[in-house]
Amino acid sequence: MTSDEARALYERLKSEAEGAGYFLNPDVDFVLDLMAGLLTNEERYGYQACPCRLAEGVREKDLDIICPCDYRDPDLDEYGACYCALYVSEEIALGQKEVEPVPERRGTEPEPVGEEQEEPLVGFTRSGMPVWRCKVCGYLCARPQPPLKCPICKVDRDRFERFAWP
Amino acid sequence: MARSFPVGRVDLSKEVVKLRKVKLYALSTCGWCRKTKRFLDANNVDYEYEYVDLLTGNDKVRALAEVEQYNPRKSFPTVVVQNGDTHVVIGYKESRLREVLGL
Repeated sequence: MTSDEARALYERLKSEAEGAGYFLNPDVDFVLDLMAGLLTNEERYGYQACPCRLAEGVREKDLDIICPCDYRDPDLDEYGACYCALYVSEEIALGQKEVEPVPERRGTEPEPVGEEQEEPLVGFTRSGMPVWRCKVCGYLCARPQPPLKCPICKVDRDRFERFAWP
Repeated sequence: MARSFPVGRVDLSKEVVKLRKVKLYALSTCGWCRKTKRFLDANNVDYEYEYVDLLTGNDKVRALAEVEQYNPRKSFPTVVVQNGDTHVVIGYKESRLREVLGL
């Protein structure tokens, strides 16, 4: 992995982030170090596991911490930065606020369990099309299968869940 | 025969620093771990560190058990300062590090 690769990943993530209403940390050197960490993890595990967390090395176990992780958006809302401070709020991106340490959210909130249902309530459109939810950004779509990549946050298909209510 | 001893006051705070044990548990890929390490280096703190993601087998199990003892969430960086008391600093918190390291 070279610094050119880290730079290329940075450029790609920055343009994707900005296109989708997200912001990268304005400290470019710090971000390039994180890019190097993501690329190291990609070489090591086959996917870009969060550089600031210890991955198991088994994709199914690490799905929630593949960057961008399932915790990015709640951490952005609460702390103005994701756990790594790769993604930050607009205020922080504009230098109006400093990044503060973000406590680990993973494992603190048990998966929400609804009331036991005989038949799980899963989302369908009236025409019977299943509804899928991106666990990273919340994007919803109704189609036979989730998209290969989330059009909003670009994560892979396996980060989608069936959308259920109530 | 009388032995000679160094004359002069002993700076106790420096003696305590010599006895102190500082250990950083880190990930080699993590930006906050890197910042913590740079902070310790910049302040000439005598410390040991381990990159837990680079360990394998029993070394990894042992290191993770150590981290868990101080930080059940097993997050990184975890800094453990032992100077009679045990202080644990989880995450890169400069002011807290200054406090527990007497900087």
